Amino acid sequence: MLHQVFSERKLSRALLCALGLSVLSFGSAFAADPIKVGAIVSATGPASFLGDPQEKTLHFYVDAINAAGGVAGRKIELLIYDDGSDAAKANSFTKRLIQQDHVDFIVGASTTGSTMAMVPLVGASKVPTLALGAGSVIVEPVKPYVFRMPHSDRLAAQKVLGDMKKKGITKFALLSDTGGYGKSGRNETQKMAASMGLTIVVDETYGERDADMTPLITHVKQSDAQALLMFGTGQAPAIITKNFRQLGLKIPLYATHGQASYEFIRLAGPAGEGVLMPSPALFVADQLPGGDPQKAVSMKYKADFEGKFKMDVSTFGGYGYDGLMMGLDAIKRAGSTDKDKVRDALEQTKNFVGISGIYTMSPTDHGGLDISAFRMVQIKSGKFVEVK
Amino acid sequence: MSTFLQYLFSGLTVGSIYALSALGFTIVYNARGIVNFAQGDFLMLGGMVTATLVPLGWSLPAAISVAVVVTVVCAALLQRFAIAPAGKADPVSLIIITIGASIFIQGIAQNAMGRNQHIVPSFSGDAPIHFLGASLLPQSLWAMGGAAALVAGVTWFFRGSLVGKGMQAMAINADAARLMGIRNGSMLLLAFCLSAFIGAVAGALAAPITTTVYDIGLPLGLKGFVGATLGGLGNGFGAVVGGLLLGIMEAMIAGYVSPAYKDAVPFVLIIVIMLVVPQGLFGSRVKDRV
Repeated sequence: MLHQVFSERKLSRALLCALGLSVLSFGSAFAADPIKVGAIVSATGPASFLGDPQEKTLHFYVDAINAAGGVAGRKIELLIYDDGSDAAKANSFTKRLIQQDHVDFIVGASTTGSTMAMVPLVGASKVPTLALGAGSVIVEPVKPYVFRMPHSDRLAAQKVLGDMKKKGITKFALLSDTGGYGKSGRNETQKMAASMGLTIVVDETYGERDADMTPLITHVKQSDAQALLMFGTGQAPAIITKNFRQLGLKIPLYATHGQASYEFIRLAGPAGEGVLMPSPALFVADQLPGGDPQKAVSMKYKADFEGKFKMDVSTFGGYGYDGLMMGLDAIKRAGSTDKDKVRDALEQTKNFVGISGIYTMSPTDHGGLDISAFRMVQIKSGKFVEVK
Repeated sequence: MSTFLQYLFSGLTVGSIYALSALGFTIVYNARGIVNFAQGDFLMLGGMVTATLVPLGWSLPAAISVAVVVTVVCAALLQRFAIAPAGKADPVSLIIITIGASIFIQGIAQNAMGRNQHIVPSFSGDAPIHFLGASLLPQSLWAMGGAAALVAGVTWFFRGSLVGKGMQAMAINADAARLMGIRNGSMLLLAFCLSAFIGAVAGALAAPITTTVYDIGLPLGLKGFVGATLGGLGNGFGAVVGGLLLGIMEAMIAGYVSPAYKDAVPFVLIIVIMLVVPQGLFGSRVKDRV
C-alpha cells in the first residue's frame, strides 16, 4: 500500500518536473538573450547630484524600451551599481560587471576619478565603456574602448574664455577645487588662456567641502582681475557665489557646466542672479527655434523625467541618457553585441542627437562633441536664459 | 587693515560655530569623561531638519524649534539606549559607541531627508554690512550673537542654577555627588540634552552660511573637538576660546598663506597640542585624583 503511494507520488512529481521544464523551454524559445547593460554611478556620496539623476534616467529608459519591445527583439537587462563617489568601489564593481555579470557594454562612472579607476579594467577586457565623467584625461590619449559623453573641461574653458574675449576681458581670476574635475579644469584653463592670449592673475585652489571662501574672494578683489571663473563641483561654487556678492564684486562671474543645474540656482539663491555658464541645450530647450535638431529630444527628456520623478530635470542625467542610447544605437548598427563590432560602430557614430549635444565620434576623437554643443546661459530671475 | 578685518570676520563667523560645537563636547566630557563623537551630528540635525521644514512652508522660528526638539530627543535616546546600558564601561568603549551612533544618525538623516545639499534662507537677508572696509553678512552677526547668547546662558546655568552646580559637582567627583543626592543618570541625560540643544542651534545658525548635508557633522564635530582640546578638554571657557581661535587661524592661513592649506590647520593643531600642551591652553595640569 505504502509502496504504491510512494511510487504514485514519485510519478506525479516527475510529471510535474517535465511539465515545468517544457514550459520553461517553451518560454525561452521566444526570448532571445537579453542585452546586458552594466552601469556604475555615484548615486550616493558627494557626487550624488551627478549619479542620482543618472540612475533614475537609466532605469526609466531601460523600462520604457523593454515595454516597447526591446532592441531588435531583445530585452535589456540593466545591472547598475552605486560606487558611492568612491573610485576604489568603482574599480571593484567594474570587475564584477566584467567577470560575473558578463555585460555587453558599460555606462559610467559619474566622476572623472571613478572613471579613470575603471579604464585599465575595461581596456584589458575590451568592454565598450561610455563614460559619464568630464575630465579630458578620459579620452586623451584615446583609449580604444572608452568614450566620453559629457562635454570636456577643455570645451568649457574654451566656451567661457571665448565669451570673456568677446567682452574685451584680458585678465581673469581662476578658482578651482582640488578634486578630479577641478584639477583637470584648471590645467585646461591655463592652456586655453595661454593659447587665446588671456592672463590668469589669480590662480587659487579650495577644498570641495570648504564652508567659507571670503579669504579667496578677497584676494580676487585686491587683484586687477576683470572676471572670475570658478571650476569645481558640489556646493562650494554656490558658496563662492554668495561670498562674491557679499564682498560686492561687480565683475562677471563664470561657472562651468558642473553648475548647470537647478540645484545650483537653489543653493546660490538671489546671489546666483547674473552668473554665466556654458550649458547643454536642455535648460533652454523651450527657447530653441523649432528647427533646432536638439529641441525635440531635449523637450521629451524633460517631460519624461519631470513627469516620472517629480524633480527638476538635470543635464547630468542627460549624460546617462546619451550613454545608454548611443550604446544601444551602436548595437543596432553593428547588428550584434560583439564587443569589437560595437566599439567600431561607436567610433562610426555620426550626428547622433543626444541631450548633451550632437555627437560625431572618430578613431581619434572619442568625445564626439564640439563647442556648438554648448550654449552660453545666464541665470535671470531664477531661470537659465540663453545669451548670445 | 581692511583685509585683516575681512579675514577676522570670516574667522569669527566659523569660529563661533566651532566654539558652540566645542562647548557641546565639553559638557558631555565633564559629565562622564567621554568624548561624544555624535556631537557634530547634533549640529547636522539642527541644520538639516530646519532646511527640510522651511521649504514645506514652516516659518523659520518654528522650523528651528522643531529641529532643536528633534535633536534633543535624539540625544536623549542616544544616552538612554546606547550609553546608559553600557554602565561602567571604560571611556574608550563609550567613545566607540558614540561613533557608532554618529554613523547611525547619518544613515537615518540620509534616508529621511535626502542626500542632496540643502539651504536655509538667511535669517535677515543677504545685504552685506560694510564696516571699516570689510563686509559682513547679517547671518554672520546672527552666528556670533547667537553663540555669545548661548555661551552666556550656559555660563549662567552652571554658575547660577542648582542643577548646573549639581552637574559641576558630578564632574568633580561623581561618587561624592551621588552621596549628596545628585542622581548621576539624570545628570548625564541632562548633559546630553544640553549639548544637543547647543549643537542644534549652532547647526541652524550655520546652515545659511555653509549649506547643510547629511554628513556635515563630521567636519563640524572634528573642528569642535579640536577647539575643545585646544582650550583644554573639560574647560568650558577654554572650549569657546579654542573654537574661536581655530576659526580665526583657519581664516588667516587661508588668507595670508593659501586656501589650500586651510584644511591642514585643525590636524596640525591637534598634533601640536598633544605634543606641546596636552592639557590645552586653559586646562589644569592635575589629571589624576589622589
